[in-house]
Amino acid sequence: MTRAGPEAGAVPAPRFTHTATNDLGHETKMSAALETDGFIASSVRTDAPPAIVLDKVNKWFGALHVLRDVDLQVALGERVVVCGPSGSGKSTMIRCINRLETHQEGRILVDGIELSDDLRALDAIRREVGMVFQSFNLFPHLTVLENCTLAPIWVRKMPKKHAEELAMEYLTRVKIPEQAKKYPGQLSGGQQQRVAIARALCMKPKIMLFDEPTSALDPEMIKEVLDTMVMLAAEGMTMICVTHEMGFARQVADRVVFMDRGEIVESGTPEAVFNDPKTERLQLFLSQILRGH
Amino acid sequence: MSDATVDPRFRRKPPKRPLRLSWADERIRGIVWQVLVVGVIGSIIYWLWSNTVHNLEVRRIATGFGFLNREAGLPIAEHLIPYDPTDTYLRALTVGVLNTLKVAVVGIVLATILGTTIGIMRLSKNFLVSKIAGFYVEVIRDLPLLLQLLFWYTVMQGLPGPRQSMNPVEGVFLSNRGLLMPALQWEGAHTAAVLASVAGIVLAWLYGRSARAKQMADGQPRRIWPAAVALILGLPIAVWLALGAPWTISWPALRGFNFRGGMSISPEYAALLIGLVTYTAGFIAEVVRAGILSVNTGQWEAAQALGLRSGSVLRLIVLPQALRVIIPPMTSNYLNLTKNSSLAVAIGYQDIVSIANTTLNQTGQAIEGIAIIMAVYLTISLSISLFMNWYNARIALVER
Repeated sequence: MTRAGPEAGAVPAPRFTHTATNDLGHETKMSAALETDGFIASSVRTDAPPAIVLDKVNKWFGALHVLRDVDLQVALGERVVVCGPSGSGKSTMIRCINRLETHQEGRILVDGIELSDDLRALDAIRREVGMVFQSFNLFPHLTVLENCTLAPIWVRKMPKKHAEELAMEYLTRVKIPEQAKKYPGQLSGGQQQRVAIARALCMKPKIMLFDEPTSALDPEMIKEVLDTMVMLAAEGMTMICVTHEMGFARQVADRVVFMDRGEIVESGTPEAVFNDPKTERLQLFLSQILRGH
Repeated sequence: MSDATVDPRFRRKPPKRPLRLSWADERIRGIVWQVLVVGVIGSIIYWLWSNTVHNLEVRRIATGFGFLNREAGLPIAEHLIPYDPTDTYLRALTVGVLNTLKVAVVGIVLATILGTTIGIMRLSKNFLVSKIAGFYVEVIRDLPLLLQLLFWYTVMQGLPGPRQSMNPVEGVFLSNRGLLMPALQWEGAHTAAVLASVAGIVLAWLYGRSARAKQMADGQPRRIWPAAVALILGLPIAVWLALGAPWTISWPALRGFNFRGGMSISPEYAALLIGLVTYTAGFIAEVVRAGILSVNTGQWEAAQALGLRSGSVLRLIVLPQALRVIIPPMTSNYLNLTKNSSLAVAIGYQDIVSIANTTLNQTGQAIEGIAIIMAVYLTISLSISLFMNWYNARIALVER
């Protein structure tokens, strides 16, 4: 769609290859290659229906109009980074996608299912959408392993043994299998956030939402979490990520969406958005971000 | 970290600091103060003790608990065990303890149920529901308990007399003599049925455990409640039927000025129970509300984002964390309810305080009487504390 099409798998020396099942149930061989310059090839699948559709979404908190006619389509395998000043509605928008917030006008379709008051539809959507929070939100009374197996056991009805094997697999993937028996309070912030990512992945979601996953972390821990997210991106996961990490956006995003005052102001490839901002608002935001770094 | 991995340089013990005999030394001051405090308290106890012994001698009052075996001669309206005024003081005091326990145990159970309901109601998003709960808590907490008990007792006294008693359902009478209900003529088969029910509860618990274990093995959740209901209700019914299904009901009926037959809840007991339950529930509601609010909304969101339904979120995530905050103040409320039951004396319910008071008036054994009351409350309170502390430790959060 943006930088490179699905044919990007043909880039020399793919480093990651894995088999995934897409939402149509077809097994597809996906080669998510890391290009030599550190950029990740796009895994956008234009042949499949879009993973997420937001159609003229409006939301108010009391009298405050926090989302204004938000239109956004995310293709299967696409990686979208959302940025914008605080209070611009970024978090509210992605929280609407798994209905942690309810929108009051417009339509939201996830994986082809429309979000409504229908609890069954909501269950179906939440099973397929994983979320990672700024403040981790691990369950403090459960071990790391129990945090990861809880939803597979109670939502996916998976036998405990399978759930534990799966959890260990993902904990290995985020490089903390040795912490499985510990409690969240015994881990560092970076480790907790990686557990949170593994916990979401244990549900084998098709879509992952990241709500400022590194904002609560010390600088030296940001990298370990970003590396985990880059790894996910390289595997072709559909992702929407609210973050101010411009380096991550440049490396991973197919598209950057800039929001301000509840609206999507600009959207395009990272180069287009960061190097050639069209609107004054984005120029102002970028100058502030760059000054801060 | 085991000792083996530690650098030997860091394995030495901290050095001992020599004690310096100077008022500027913190530890010397600590020791002096402790000696002083223990000495003062010891002298006060000695003075109280010797004073008491001297006064008892002067007034020729015999000490000791020998009076417990004398005939009490005091009538007690309500008794869980057979009692007659010709019985001993010991028996009378036992009846008092049981009456205290009767109001405390039932009160704790009901106050927990009512308080939890109101606490959850106050958190409701429904305006009316949360305001009603808020109003209840504010009114109940702000009025003195004694006033509330007198209010309920007055309400009970305001009910019509036995002859004009309310009769909402056949066999049920509500009057200023209390609430009268039909009672089952108790027989061996009923005891057997109760035992079968207890066995059913144990079996249902075992069944629940095995169902959970099976779910962990194959992932399929199982319905536990149909089997549990069958075990807890079906088993005693089967036992009762097998033993010939005895079924004799004793109906309350008005004879002369009062009722005979059936079973009754006295107006004193009802007033005390209602007063204690509604009052304590106001505090428990706030404890429960605080406990649930202490669980970060992020916990709800994370669990919901994983696809858990709100019932499961409450059961698996929120309650286990809220209980840790709820248990310690809940213990205080249980203790308060138990101790507040001594206000029974104000409305004529014969609990341990009431009976011990009468006893010490009749025998003059004031010290023994007060000691008995203290021992009873101490025993009940410590039992509640020990149980709740054990439960609290069992669910304590592991951190760092």
